[in-house]
Amino acid sequence: MDARYCQAMPLSRRGLLGAGLSFFAWAHMPKIASAAGAKDPRFLTIILRGAMDGLSAVAPVADPDYAALREGMALTREGESAGLPLDGFFVLHPSMKTFARLYAEKKGLIVHAAATPYRERSHFDGQDVLETGLPGVGKVETGWLNRALLALPKGERLPQLGALGVGISTPLVLRGEAPVMGWAPQRLAETNDDLARRVLDLYTHRDPALARALKAGLTADDLARGGAAMPPGGGDPGMMARAATGAARLMMKEEGPRVAVLSFDGWDTHANQGGVRGRLADLLGGLDGAFAAVEREFGEAWKETAILVITEFGRTARINGTEGSDHGTATVAFLVGGAVRGGRILADWPGLRGPQLHEGRDLRATTDLRAVMKGVLAGHLGLSPVVLGETIFPGSGLVKPLPDLVV
Amino acid sequence: MARPEKLFQIGIQRFGLGAGPASRDMLGPDIRAALLDEIRPDRALIRGEGLPTTARGIQIVTQIEDKRRMEREARRQVAQQAASGPATGDGAPGAMATAGMQASPSASPPPDPEAVRLRDLLHLDLKARIDQGLAAPAGFAERWVMFWSNHFCIALRRGQLMQGVAGPYEREAIRPHVFGRFADLLVAVEAHPAMLHYLDQRQSIGPNSPAGQRRQRGLNENLAREILELHTLGVGGGYSQADVTAFARALTGWSITGFEENIDGYGAFVFAPNRHEPGPQQVLGRSYGQEGKEKGLAILRDLARHPSTARFLATKIARHFVADSPPPALVGALEAEFLKSDGDLAALARVLLTHPDSTRVPPGKIRTPYEFLMASLRATGAPADRIPALANALNLMGQPLWNPPGPNGFPDDEPALVAPKAIKTRLEFSMQFARPLGGRIDPRDLAEALLGESLSVETRQAIARAETRQQGLALLLMAPEFQRR
Repeated sequence: MDARYCQAMPLSRRGLLGAGLSFFAWAHMPKIASAAGAKDPRFLTIILRGAMDGLSAVAPVADPDYAALREGMALTREGESAGLPLDGFFVLHPSMKTFARLYAEKKGLIVHAAATPYRERSHFDGQDVLETGLPGVGKVETGWLNRALLALPKGERLPQLGALGVGISTPLVLRGEAPVMGWAPQRLAETNDDLARRVLDLYTHRDPALARALKAGLTADDLARGGAAMPPGGGDPGMMARAATGAARLMMKEEGPRVAVLSFDGWDTHANQGGVRGRLADLLGGLDGAFAAVEREFGEAWKETAILVITEFGRTARINGTEGSDHGTATVAFLVGGAVRGGRILADWPGLRGPQLHEGRDLRATTDLRAVMKGVLAGHLGLSPVVLGETIFPGSGLVKPLPDLVV
Repeated sequence: MARPEKLFQIGIQRFGLGAGPASRDMLGPDIRAALLDEIRPDRALIRGEGLPTTARGIQIVTQIEDKRRMEREARRQVAQQAASGPATGDGAPGAMATAGMQASPSASPPPDPEAVRLRDLLHLDLKARIDQGLAAPAGFAERWVMFWSNHFCIALRRGQLMQGVAGPYEREAIRPHVFGRFADLLVAVEAHPAMLHYLDQRQSIGPNSPAGQRRQRGLNENLAREILELHTLGVGGGYSQADVTAFARALTGWSITGFEENIDGYGAFVFAPNRHEPGPQQVLGRSYGQEGKEKGLAILRDLARHPSTARFLATKIARHFVADSPPPALVGALEAEFLKSDGDLAALARVLLTHPDSTRVPPGKIRTPYEFLMASLRATGAPADRIPALANALNLMGQPLWNPPGPNGFPDDEPALVAPKAIKTRLEFSMQFARPLGGRIDPRDLAEALLGESLSVETRQAIARAETRQQGLALLLMAPEFQRR
């Protein structure tokens, strides 16, 4: 892409104004006293858009049906397709070396077979449910994290410092009345390969002339950047560490936000998902790089940090005809950071045999993802179960916050 | 006739600037009536507060040019003093070289506040134009203006003066006439400083005029040729080189002021009798013996009602709005109306909008970059407040504002628009455009609202399967149903 274009367009109205105005507001805000030794927790939420395949990220290698369902993509305990050891039943994808170390240090936690209450398969609606915190699809324009900030005692430092939304637009999870600032790394916008593939696919079916032109244009572009062909995957693995680094630096400022949301695109791996290597491996490596970046930038503050990684739903248990997986139900959530009581995998494993699968195709959800989110908010930010059940995740009174997720 | 739903879709995209989510409700079932309703002279006008007139644009450019001339003069004097300063002893080749270097422009001159001022003025005009397009119910008047503005294009690249007068040119010479007589439009355009400067008419001097005999300079045929070839008769319209030359002679004296005249500043229209070639001229078999400026005007008026002009314009209009190979019956009807009404452009527009063949052809034309930009803004309700970014997007998509590659304007046919780089750039634009809309738009709902029954199963599915709302919106903007009209 043309460099001028990059700089001109993505820093759009909200991106610039949002960041500018928030910084302005900070400059005039009275210094908020931080008593020495008082708690100063940091909380990052990473949303993986497109539905991350939990069965590839944290593979149940000991499940007797796993290998057959996943064929060539399956991870193993040993050999060329070996994952990183976890607890014997599951292995971690080999791209996630930082998480593996943190897991060993008991700072990384995995929740498996988790899902929101949403049981359809639309990304938009799934992301809405994930971010609004509602039991189903509804027209609500605020997100659970914003409502959580509003629910904290007004005098507390953390809500006064506001929250950071990384990206051109504020993610739904952060929208609402609590103050939010925006920031985007310069090259965040350059993740168009997945869109290009989708448009090309549409043109191939509907408009051969446009398909020919676009294909030629994409090829010329690849040649210009020295690559042999369009990378097989969406997303931009290197961007994740850049975005995380930038966010972490803002969060390390004395008057900087303590809460941030990052969204990473590109997880909709319908084709050529790959196994040990490939498209999903690159994305998981990118996510792992984001963990490493936050840990590095935070230094001492890492001790009081929790990073929650969630996605709208999982993917089909069986791989499809194009070496990928389709929209499914339950998947993995990661919780990582110095404040996390890690080294554990929380999973009420439902199994992968025919009738054990949701609608005969998806990993069944045995943990409500809201229990994880509520558990983190309760343990890390100190929100009460009542507020969590009524205001932040309305109608979730019966979904108990998972206890002891953080120190 | 097509069913109302299909007619709406073709009407709003082919003849308008595209639908917004509420357009169907707002415009009612009869899109044709909504389009016809915009055939009113006032709908084509822009009365923007603070937009410069041609005279003001010229004044600003004159101030800039004056300042630059004085700076050049000052530099020249400094250089001369250096050259004739203390002797260096040996004929001073070194001193000469130094002087030469000083006189040459430095590597990176500081940003010129005046140039910035001119660019801001242009952006002010672009904003007024975009706002006009956003406010239009269907957008036919704006599309009709754009067609004529491109037909009678000028180009910013032609120099500083163009930056001052390009906006006023469209507002003052084109817009007031697009629903009037073609002859009036033609005269307004050809006598405007923007056109006279763009097509070199300023340099044209009658060889037998007083000025021509004194200066040994002569005719410049550019304007005369382009009027015949591009503005009226068209290539193959039945004119010869002799006609071009005679017409060029008739136009001598139509000029713009230079600094030497120092009357209204650099660039105002002037008829300079001392450059005018004396005597009658034979153009297309007719003799023109009028005095002065009247000679050129008489030829223009005859060209405006020439059968070749009717044929050329009818074909170009049908080609631009309906199809690269337009239905012959539509071209014939437009041509007949042009001749019958003596070039009444409102009547021509009515034929275009009501002829059965105008909507019978399925959507095949690709929206021009400007149409695409306007359609994207109208579809999403995105704020059009970052004009430099929008201007830049137009540059990158290949339709820089008032800066076409040549006097034949921007092309609008399939081979020109469906080019690899162009489509790739539209893809990039779509993603950049969709991203800040923040997922607040549900692209599935918007696709239904905008495209109705013409939304294909494949596009609907692709949008529904998109990974994010932003990606779904970008897919909608790139969909063939949105790109083609």
